[in-house]
Amino acid sequence: MFEFTANEWVAIELSLRIAFLATIAALPVAVAAAYALARLNFPGKALVDGVLHLPLVLPPVVTGYMLLLAFGKQGPIGAFLFDHFGISLSFRWTGAALACGVMGFPLMLRAIRLSFESIDRRLEVAAGTLGANGCWAFLLVTLPLSLPGILAGAIMCFAKALGEFGATITFVSNIPGETQTIASSIYSYTQVPGGEAGALRLTFVSIGIALVALVVSEFLNRRVQRRITVFE
Amino acid sequence: MCSVASLFSNETALAMIEFAAHLTQGRFVLDAEFETAAGVTALFGPSGSGKTTIINLIGGLTRPQKGRIVVGDRVLVDTDRRIFVPMHKRRIGLVFQDAQLFPHLTVDQNLRFGRWFAPRDPTGVAIELVVERLGIRSLLSRRPSRLSGGEKQRVALARALLASPHLLLMDEPLAGLDQNRKTEIFPLIEMMRDDFKIPIVYVTHALDEVARLASFVVRLDAGRVIATGSAAGVVL
Repeated sequence: MFEFTANEWVAIELSLRIAFLATIAALPVAVAAAYALARLNFPGKALVDGVLHLPLVLPPVVTGYMLLLAFGKQGPIGAFLFDHFGISLSFRWTGAALACGVMGFPLMLRAIRLSFESIDRRLEVAAGTLGANGCWAFLLVTLPLSLPGILAGAIMCFAKALGEFGATITFVSNIPGETQTIASSIYSYTQVPGGEAGALRLTFVSIGIALVALVVSEFLNRRVQRRITVFE
Repeated sequence: MCSVASLFSNETALAMIEFAAHLTQGRFVLDAEFETAAGVTALFGPSGSGKTTIINLIGGLTRPQKGRIVVGDRVLVDTDRRIFVPMHKRRIGLVFQDAQLFPHLTVDQNLRFGRWFAPRDPTGVAIELVVERLGIRSLLSRRPSRLSGGEKQRVALARALLASPHLLLMDEPLAGLDQNRKTEIFPLIEMMRDDFKIPIVYVTHALDEVARLASFVVRLDAGRVIATGSAAGVVL
């Protein structure tokens, strides 16, 4: 029962690889967007805020379809990437990472934005009067103080990416060895007779990875908290 | 060790401040103009009279709609000539009512923060000397969360001083402290004024602070200057 097949190992490895890439790629974008939303005022801010949160409320299949329209070989961005850089995302594991990153992005954005907003702006002013320009103030004061939130956001995105199904399967399908993740493997198992044992094995793996991720995040968070004795 | 006075011998430190600004923020209108010399200039008046707004304008936290601010020989703001020197280039220190030390850094790191950005200045004040004079040596390895209110304010004064500012702004630095702590901090501010020769603009609504520290008083009400002069002449 607990002998994994070669395909299952591949699916587990792929899921982790996709989730890592999705999280790493989304992180700098989320930090920049969170900072803009927390600190700047610009026209259309509410609209931008809304659009960035869309993946959270849209049906995942809609998000996946929109990715297909934009990043597919015929899509405007997809065609551009392919023609100029030879990059193809549709039906590739990198495309799965894009789908997972987009789906996890709002969760990450939210956590990071909240932590930026909880920092007293006068600390940034203090850094400014001590000679630090906006960039240095961000790197030396805002960023280190918001590390717990950034970490929490990254873990949320990672967990979401591991479990993502609807957008991924719509955008990059369910190809064993390329885009078949744990979630889509479980789905495949439930579609064939005698797949129960396989589905159950991968279910346990999912639970296991999720628990490890939560424990690691808690551990990291405590270490950061100890280093940053935040706000008396 | 050489004397404090010789470390701060540059006469430009004895800056003259020219301030003129007009600013409308919602229903509040600031329309103030004054000139002051070195020493401690107290901005004195009830809450809502514009004291903190003036501090923010001098520090570069706020832009006036119209105005001209000069410290020493540097024009920091001149709306007619489209001059606005950004906060981090003004070299004007700011001491808040609630210290605003960086909570993720030790006291020592807080003190060195401004050093890092200040231009290498052989006439600048030595960190050892400031630590000694402000009596904070025993606090150096601590985090701000482990300091009392009075200790935080000492560190905040030291941190501002160590960035080698041309001018120090103090926004009710004693308001959060009890009488004993105040009595401790008073001589430190006097030391900054007399030994380190840094001009100070000091916001307060406490008469005893004006009487003890101020060499010049700007009395404000509802965004306007209603009197200027010596402490004795203006408020006592």
